[in-house]
Amino acid sequence: MQTDSPFNRLETASAATVTIEIDGQPFTAREGDSVAAALLAAGAIPSRTTPVSASPRAPYCMMGVCFECLVEVDGLANVQGCMVQVSEGMRVRRQNGARALTQGDVHEAV
Amino acid sequence: MSVRNHASRHDTDVAIIGGGLVGMSLAYGLLHQGKTVTVFDEGDQALRASRGNFGLVWVQGKGDTCPDYARLTRLSARLWPGLASELRQDTGIDIELQQNGGLYVCLDQASLQQRADMLARMQQDAGGDYPYEVLTAEQARQKEPALGPTIAGATWSPMDGHLNPLLLFRALHQAFARRGGRLINGQPVEHIRPLPDGFDIRLPGACLSAGKVVLAAGLGNKTLAPPLGLHAPVEPNRGQVLITERLKPFIHYPTGHVRQTGEGTVQLGDSKEDVGLDTGTTAEELGKIAARAIRMYPVLEKVRLIRAWGALRVMTPDGYPIYQQSDRYPGAYVVTCHSGVTLGAAHAGPLVDWLLGKDTEISLEAFSADRFPL
Ligand SMILES: Cc1cc2nc3c(=O)[nH]c(=O)nc-3n(C[C@H](O)[C@H](O)[C@H](O)COP(=O)(O)OP(=O)(O)OC[C@H]3O[C@@H](n4cnc5c(N)ncnc54)[C@H](O)[C@@H]3O)c2cc1C
Ligand code: FES
Repeated sequence: MQTDSPFNRLETASAATVTIEIDGQPFTAREGDSVAAALLAAGAIPSRTTPVSASPRAPYCMMGVCFECLVEVDGLANVQGCMVQVSEGMRVRRQNGARALTQGDVHEAV
Repeated sequence: MSVRNHASRHDTDVAIIGGGLVGMSLAYGLLHQGKTVTVFDEGDQALRASRGNFGLVWVQGKGDTCPDYARLTRLSARLWPGLASELRQDTGIDIELQQNGGLYVCLDQASLQQRADMLARMQQDAGGDYPYEVLTAEQARQKEPALGPTIAGATWSPMDGHLNPLLLFRALHQAFARRGGRLINGQPVEHIRPLPDGFDIRLPGACLSAGKVVLAAGLGNKTLAPPLGLHAPVEPNRGQVLITERLKPFIHYPTGHVRQTGEGTVQLGDSKEDVGLDTGTTAEELGKIAARAIRMYPVLEKVRLIRAWGALRVMTPDGYPIYQQSDRYPGAYVVTCHSGVTLGAAHAGPLVDWLLGKDTEISLEAFSADRFPL
């Protein structure tokens, strides 16, 4: 997945890159990027739909307060993408609706 | 600020002191009966149970030592669907009322037995018309598969339910404004002066006359009541509440300690602390709440918590409401209770009839503050 994004990066000192997966597609992110920044750079928006109205959302505050950036990271849903940095091989999925808890036996804590 | 907007001799037919769930439920009912209503509410620093509660419309076990309270609670639960749909018509707001029954989960046999005995007594007091079941752990898990392997069992009642208390609060306020109610907020009422045929309500920079005055100021009633010849010995009792991230629905029935909201968050709570006017939270109490919730629903163990708060209940010495008219100044009333969500529909209906001197469906004598020593 490469960038067709309305967001433009500012020129800064060149940073090292890491490769992550967004919805199964490889994407080259900058080291130190938050997952939310990487999603914006990748044009992977909307990055989720809401549990209540299913309306589309994308990262908004970039500082951990709005919860608009919820995504699945390495299999764990409801992660605030702006609060987590990308790392090599990370698997990010856009999240539709609410996190499901009850796969299989609900007595097994997930 | 003095507005005479109709034939009445007063600025407003009824002044309600306190714009919490109790005051707004009464105000809503009064507007329906064609009265003009002014609600006075303090500033944002006020203590406000209505913004911090658990949202249960709860019946089972309520009023175990006071059959009149048990009856009032059941009446209110029966009136709730009507009020919810009226509010929806008035405002378009769905308050997420669900009354499909509720479970009270017990973690040990002794407390299960105690509850079973209590409910048996209440059923007898109600002449048999008090449906409930005592469920073994296995039976409870058949109803609610997410319940854990170490619970002792649960009591079940088809009468219980829950709603979203913040949406209720918003709906009441919107409907109130839409039906012409007047809200004066930001300042505490300082003084209420009885007139020969009504009351003057005074706050910094304003004075309004009212035909009747209702003290519905929660913990504020304690100081507002005595000058009007009323008695409201209410004390704060803190409850802490924890909120999880939003999850797909997996809890079907509310319990006294855990419920899943219409939006998917899980609300955990039911701590009781006597800590004065402190609305803070403590790691110790929140830890206990979380540990108990995980024993009830082990699947919660890996769930993230998003926020927590503390709020103060408005408690009378016996936990039951005070509904009283002043002997010394007729037309002055105090209305205060702990379960303002559950009783909201009764407050908007029968309690309003009582305030207007009409016949009510239910006897309110048991709720006089004369039962407490002065
Ligand atoms: C943690 C917790 C959980 C709860 N769970 C439930 C539940 O599940 N089900 C249920 O039925 N109930 C529950 N309750 C109880 C319920 O929230 C209260 O019964 C209800 O909110 C009380 O409403 P109120 O309007 O009397 O009080 P408040 O919400 O405290 O409102 C009183 C209002 O009076 C105003 N006021 C005070 N003094 C003055 C003054 N001098 N002048 C003007 N205004 C004044 C304040 O600004 C305030 O807005 C819970 C409460 C808590 C704290
Ligand atoms: S973008 Fe607001 S919390 Fe992440």
